[in-house]
Amino acid sequence: MILRDVLIIGGGIHGCATALNLRHAGATVTLFEKDYAGRHASGVNAGGVRMLSRHVAEIPLSLRSMAIWERIGDLIDDDCALDCHGQVLVAESAADFETCKARVAELNRLGFTHEELLSAAEVRRILPAVAETCTGGIISRRDGAAQPARATTAYRRKAASLGADIREGVAAGLPRFQNGLWHVDAGGESFAAPKLVIAAGAWSGRIAAHLGEPIPLVPVAPMLMITSRVPRFIDPVVILRSRILSFKQFPNGTLLIGGGHLGQADIDTNSTVLDWRKLQISARTVSELFPVMRSATIVRAWAGIEGKLTDDLPVVGPSLRHKGLFYQCGFSLHGFQLGPAAGAAVAELVTEGRTPVDISGLSMARFNAA
Amino acid sequence: MSVLHSDSYDLVVVGAGPAGIAAAAAAAAAGASTLLLDENAGPGGQVWRGLTTTPLTNREMLGKDYWDGEAELGKLRASGAEVIHRATVWSIDPSLQVGVSHGGSSRIVQARKIVVATGAMERPFPIPGWTLPGVMTAGAAQTMLKSSGLVPSEPTVIAGQGPLFWLLAGQILRMGGRIDVMLDTTPKGQLAAALPKAFGFLTTPYFRKGLKMLAEVRSKVRIVKHVTRIEAHGEGQLDRVTWETAGGKRGEMASRLLLLHQGVVPNVNLAMSVGAAHDWDKQQLCWRPRLDEDGQSTVPGLYIAGDGAGIGGVGVALARGRVAAHAALTAMGRKAPASGLSAARAELAKANRGREFLDLLYKPAEQFRIPEGDTIVCRCEEVRARDILSAVEIGASGPNQLKAYLRTGMGPCQGRLCGLTVTELMAKARGTTPEQIGYYRLRAPVKPLMLSELADLPQEPAAVKAVVR
Repeated sequence: MILRDVLIIGGGIHGCATALNLRHAGATVTLFEKDYAGRHASGVNAGGVRMLSRHVAEIPLSLRSMAIWERIGDLIDDDCALDCHGQVLVAESAADFETCKARVAELNRLGFTHEELLSAAEVRRILPAVAETCTGGIISRRDGAAQPARATTAYRRKAASLGADIREGVAAGLPRFQNGLWHVDAGGESFAAPKLVIAAGAWSGRIAAHLGEPIPLVPVAPMLMITSRVPRFIDPVVILRSRILSFKQFPNGTLLIGGGHLGQADIDTNSTVLDWRKLQISARTVSELFPVMRSATIVRAWAGIEGKLTDDLPVVGPSLRHKGLFYQCGFSLHGFQLGPAAGAAVAELVTEGRTPVDISGLSMARFNAA
Repeated sequence: MSVLHSDSYDLVVVGAGPAGIAAAAAAAAAGASTLLLDENAGPGGQVWRGLTTTPLTNREMLGKDYWDGEAELGKLRASGAEVIHRATVWSIDPSLQVGVSHGGSSRIVQARKIVVATGAMERPFPIPGWTLPGVMTAGAAQTMLKSSGLVPSEPTVIAGQGPLFWLLAGQILRMGGRIDVMLDTTPKGQLAAALPKAFGFLTTPYFRKGLKMLAEVRSKVRIVKHVTRIEAHGEGQLDRVTWETAGGKRGEMASRLLLLHQGVVPNVNLAMSVGAAHDWDKQQLCWRPRLDEDGQSTVPGLYIAGDGAGIGGVGVALARGRVAAHAALTAMGRKAPASGLSAARAELAKANRGREFLDLLYKPAEQFRIPEGDTIVCRCEEVRARDILSAVEIGASGPNQLKAYLRTGMGPCQGRLCGLTVTELMAKARGTTPEQIGYYRLRAPVKPLMLSELADLPQEPAAVKAVVR
């Protein structure tokens, strides 16, 4: 039996970031990844590094994450191609714009200033190609995008270089608690540790259910498309208020179209099936918002498997039922930006029992209210 | 896309080469509603390219095998199959919905069964300098020859091996084109290794034709045998080709055109994107779909015929097309002539004779499949062999992980030009097998699709939903 301080199930950006932070704190750690680091949601998402438009419960974690992203190269020896020209939420109707105004006022009242209201003219100045229908918007100026597979791989590599035992291609058996230790069998070996972190994305629901602590997590397959290279016409990442869309142009000229229309996911076979009828909605939304895009060609489309919770918020924090058990999952299509801070916070919870960042709204407790 | 008569068909066939023509003709003649979709301007695929339009009307130029296509095409025309050219299939999903683009608009068509007959593509042949202007594949040269009657007139080198290597040389010479030297990369001793399997080949018509072709080319062109190294040189344009033989002899030639050919491999992109399982073929050194005896893949209802099912040539392609069509008819409960399937299977067994000999004889040498140093592997993203080896050293374990480091396979060719090279290079570097290393995960759209076409897809008609499978 191999004895560690902490075991982690799941090698996405969350598990890898937690492993890295645990090594900084001096804990011994083994991480199990059934495929390879970044194989699913962490490696194939849209790469949005976004504080904009987050649920209030996530904002403290998101702000802390942004501060880490802004010096990511120092932490993991790779700049992850982070490119920050802001993210803009576009309002498409008078009602949309009213919602934007109320949102910014509410954030200001709570003491958050990262979101700023934009008039229609200001949006058009920042996004010259935007359609006439735009009525205004909100900008978060420090936001941007990174390359997700590169970032997750860099986290994995740095954690390993600091001494984390990262086992890729090794599926962890269901954990059990015995004599004060969490036991996990994986790859023909047995591991035990007083602490266990579940960071298994879409596969986390099964583990939680097995441990008698069910969470309403549904595996989903958000879809993305990328176009051929076109001359640069847009700097910030664009999202919408009332319709599903996330849209950005990479430095090489290709454009990424996403936002969260779902294909089908099968977590037993790792497979996803694209739904072209829903991708059609994305294509229509893009062509209405940026008419110049109609003649662009789509060169790739894909979907990643992600865990979505019913209230669209993740679970970050200790189990309410078991000692030494921590959840870091259910990021519901917007977990990539949160990775760096969630890894730091969970490592703090594991080693010190507390974290300075307010994650009270992301607790397991919300599912026990009923 | 108003040309289609329906939104649902019993059988949709993708690709109008020999396999697709045979499959569509057999199915439609038996009464199945059949749609044949093809990317080219006319039928024929690669081997019969330009069959109805080629300017080379002197039948000697392209040879009898080429014109044999007319009889198969005649059967297709008589069958009543709906045939659409310049139609690009960009997606097939596991429920057998086919996304197809034609004339600037797209449709989604429901099939009960599908035959994918997307043929072969040329094996990547990554030598130093292969991306220079003036270096092209033999297949591309043959396309120009068949469709436009164009042949080389400047100093030309042809390098490589395989049946098409010799066939193309013969065609160019007959049309008065110029070839200065042929660099034959067949490794020394490979003929001896293949000879024990020659019996099957001796009994096929290809044996006599092959010998005649070789003799014709050899009498007219200088041939350098057992070439082990080839480099293309030039600044912005090819001006010189250098080589080295197994005997240690070096040579060079001033040249404006270098045609490369290292055999063909199944074009697996469409079938892989649907999710059909593929295995590594150790003999042909390529991926090949996992098929049952009728040509059905691991995706129920999706059949694969022709060279896309494994390289076999025209005769095998025709037979596989007919086997797949008859099997699909039977599976749909159509009252097809009972003899259809067994006759097609017998035809297939006969056509397969002699393949092993050719596979052994023309097995490409490692140094022409697995490049080193500064040689470019992925031309879309300009990734070199040494970049891939460095990525492997710091942890990239397969082609999909490699994307995170180098973006290999993420350019416009969607990995067609580098996929096999990347798999074999990584397998060698990691001391494992191509099977273990795997291939790029491929997704629709397998061909670029205009955003406006996707945005303007017609709404799903009730007829599509009502299809029972």
